[in-house]
Amino acid sequence: MYKFYETSIKNQPPTLKEKIQNLSFFYIMLILIIAAMGTVMLYSAANGSWEPWALNHLLRFGLGFCLMIALSLIDVRLFMRYAYLFYFATLILLVLVEVGGHVGMGAQRWINLGFMKLQPSELMKIALVLALARYFHSTSLQTIETTKGIIIPALMVAIPSFLVMTQPDLGTALMLIFTAGAIFFAVGVQLWKFGLVLLSVLVSLPIVWNLLHEYQQNRVLTFLNPERDPLGAGYHIIQSKIALGSGGVFGKGFLKGTQSHLNFLPEKHTDFIFTMLSEEFGMIGAVFVVLLNMLLIIASFAFALRSASYFGKLLAIGLTTNFFLYVMINISMVLGLIPVVGVPLPLISYGGTVIISVMASFGIILSVNINRNLNIGKD
Amino acid sequence: MNRDNDKGKVLIERSLILGGLQVFALLIVIFRLYYLQVYQADKYKTLADENRISTRLIVPPRGGVYDRNGEMLATNKQDFQAMIVAEQTTDIKTTLDAFKKIMPLSDEEEDKIRKNLKRNRSFVPIRIKNNLNWEQVAQILLNSSDLPGVIIDEGLSRHYPFAEQTAHVIGYVSSVSDNDVKDDPLLEVPGFKIGKSGIEKLHEKKLRGRGGNQKLEVNAIGRVMKEIERNDGVAGDRIDLSLDIRLQNKAYELFGEESGAAVLLDVNSGEILSFVSAPSFDPNLMTQGIKAEDWKKLNQDERNPLINKVISGQYSPGSTFKMVVALAALESGVINANTRSFCAGKMFLGNHAFHCWKKEGHGYIDVAQALQHSCDIFFYETAQKLGIDKIANMARRFGLGQKINIGLENEKEGLIPDTEWKKRRFGEPWQQGESLISGIGQGYILTTPIQLATMVARIANGGYEVEPTFNKMTENNKPKFNKIPINQDYISIVKKGMFDVVNLTGGTAFGSRFNYKGLKMAGKTGTTQVRRITMKERQSGIIKQEDMPWKYRNHALFVGYAPHDNPRYAVAVLVEHGGSGSAVAAPIGANLLLEALKLEDTSDNK
Repeated sequence: MYKFYETSIKNQPPTLKEKIQNLSFFYIMLILIIAAMGTVMLYSAANGSWEPWALNHLLRFGLGFCLMIALSLIDVRLFMRYAYLFYFATLILLVLVEVGGHVGMGAQRWINLGFMKLQPSELMKIALVLALARYFHSTSLQTIETTKGIIIPALMVAIPSFLVMTQPDLGTALMLIFTAGAIFFAVGVQLWKFGLVLLSVLVSLPIVWNLLHEYQQNRVLTFLNPERDPLGAGYHIIQSKIALGSGGVFGKGFLKGTQSHLNFLPEKHTDFIFTMLSEEFGMIGAVFVVLLNMLLIIASFAFALRSASYFGKLLAIGLTTNFFLYVMINISMVLGLIPVVGVPLPLISYGGTVIISVMASFGIILSVNINRNLNIGKD
Repeated sequence: MNRDNDKGKVLIERSLILGGLQVFALLIVIFRLYYLQVYQADKYKTLADENRISTRLIVPPRGGVYDRNGEMLATNKQDFQAMIVAEQTTDIKTTLDAFKKIMPLSDEEEDKIRKNLKRNRSFVPIRIKNNLNWEQVAQILLNSSDLPGVIIDEGLSRHYPFAEQTAHVIGYVSSVSDNDVKDDPLLEVPGFKIGKSGIEKLHEKKLRGRGGNQKLEVNAIGRVMKEIERNDGVAGDRIDLSLDIRLQNKAYELFGEESGAAVLLDVNSGEILSFVSAPSFDPNLMTQGIKAEDWKKLNQDERNPLINKVISGQYSPGSTFKMVVALAALESGVINANTRSFCAGKMFLGNHAFHCWKKEGHGYIDVAQALQHSCDIFFYETAQKLGIDKIANMARRFGLGQKINIGLENEKEGLIPDTEWKKRRFGEPWQQGESLISGIGQGYILTTPIQLATMVARIANGGYEVEPTFNKMTENNKPKFNKIPINQDYISIVKKGMFDVVNLTGGTAFGSRFNYKGLKMAGKTGTTQVRRITMKERQSGIIKQEDMPWKYRNHALFVGYAPHDNPRYAVAVLVEHGGSGSAVAAPIGANLLLEALKLEDTSDNK
């Protein structure tokens, strides 16, 4: 029986020519289409203007695209070699943010590099996946299945998650934890351990509740009952659902979304851009974007499974899961399925760091695919 | 190596599960999209429209009110107000200071402007000053370069060109208050005014018209983006009244400084041609929102300018009631046209003395003479023989003691007492002495001027149950009135007496007679005491009216009709504390009747 993920194993890395030939055209097309949709929506969000968002978005995407191609051409073994170094460097940046970062949006999340604002928590999403992939690559299944064997990776997750949470940035912290959880699951950590963690979370929920900031508590409460505060926190969810629902099957037409253009919809260029898209292009447009993202995720999983190396597989799975979480959390949020947590829709929402980090992830995934036949030792 | 294989296998298995879960989650998202955008689309479309579309009512122009000849009595006047739009000026303070140089603003006004500016969004126009005239508007427009953000808004406000003269008929409009029935969304429009009294209130529904609406697209902060739809509504109907403004003005003018009421009716149709309650007030002040001090002044005035004395004032009819007594007596056979009584100036019932107004007495007189001289003794005796119930029965046939329902608010019933009423009201039997004073229209009896006008109109037209109305009649809709069951001869006897009152020497209204191209009037005066004349006063000489405080002076009354041989107009005049009926009320009534007759010739008056 043919298995699409079975590959012939080589020890020689591919040449540059082979690498370029192996760049997945389909994959890159998907990314381009999604980014194009994002640009179109940002053009609409500015009431039909390239300023202030659409053009910038395109420029950032261009930058990200170059980064993606550059990363895709790097030998996947280099990622493994520098995984821990990158992880620790990022961790230090996170601590720096904690000590004296730039204050923005009421939370300390950025380091100002002059030409751009660096968000270390965004880098950590990649760094953590790299570090965990390297760790589990070098660990035997026996060790993984022992409790002792997952203490170190658990700490690798816990420390940055804690730092991010105290910023406070609950959304990113949860994404780190969920991404790591997916990796733990993939490498074969027993299900009962997940059950145990879940149970302890449930038990400690009341304590955590008290530790949450009031605005975070409000978000959860408002999610549970948006009518609780229809002009305040619930306003976003209610208006988002109205915008979505009123879009109907075919939408109100490009630049014709009443909820968006009459400003009933908040944050339409960032977190709620999918709502605007759904209002203007209807269910057809919305499902189209979901399907594009789904294809991107399926393709990424295919790349992962085709990779000969354990590191490559895990790396691609981790990064894909991270991307999936972005998409899923953002869309579920605007659809009123989960509380508003402030996670953007990658490639479509306006915002600098996310587009760079997501494009970097795609670059790494492409590299995994290009180097799929390369065997990597256990060192 | 085997274990390594397992490790790889576990990864592949778990990855497939993970991938499957992710795809499944995205399928849930798609299902949710379907649910919101297809299944619940209609609900959310409605909500989106509710968000985006703001419906504003368009106030229809209020119908005009006209007199019988098409003269405008209530109309809509264009009025201008200056508004400021905060976002259109760089500095509100500078603009307001510049405005103040053109037109001073009081501190109160400035405070109000500032408060409103704070309370509203910057694109909402805030009123600076209203009721601007053309000149002021021109001044503002000329200086518009110094007044960025100041705009002129024009609207319609109610205007009563005849102000005081028509106030008690037309009434006025004013802002909707909490007590008003909110049966029309128009009432919720800020600044909307509804009829609060008079014709404005009576015909509110007709005058108001039907509101239109305007659908506007607004954004989240309420700014209007564009108009989607507009329906102007239906303007209010015009109302044509029976009133003749010339007679109305004449009556008002005749009152001068006096306080009282006058009504002039068409005796055949019941159309009210003149309807004056004096003193009056300016209804235009009410529409603009009257100042507290002005309101207080009107309310505390002892002459009650706010009260419509024509229908709300209840007075003893005095001698004007004698026609009713005469008719009742003739009908019951107590007297006939030739029955004579002797008036010696006073009479006794038991040991109680009843005085005639004329101390020396009138000697032997018949009923017509008794009316002519307004002899009290004759009517005391007649009433004594008649009893109150027959008098009351006759009074009611002529419209006394009950509401006429001309449609204005606060119309009073008056009071025609009888034995049953006395028992019900006081639990005591009727006293004969009470019949006596009822015979000269005093005692319990109360009438309103409109009732007196109705009474005299019914006598004048030969006994038809005419009812006063403000509706203008045309040849086609002239109502047919029932005949009052009474012998025509009796009416003729009474009318003869009324003619003599005016046209024979010694008649109480002889001084007010006229002969206009052979047309003469008939009538009856009345003078009623508002306080008892004590025994002591009778002995020491009655205090002259002019020496008494105003509020103790007698009420003066006159009822009459003209022309005598073919009556067309009936009048009732009451002058509060005016002195005697012959001296004060009769001239007003005569003048009014004369004016009505004169106008017949000079105009298209129909």
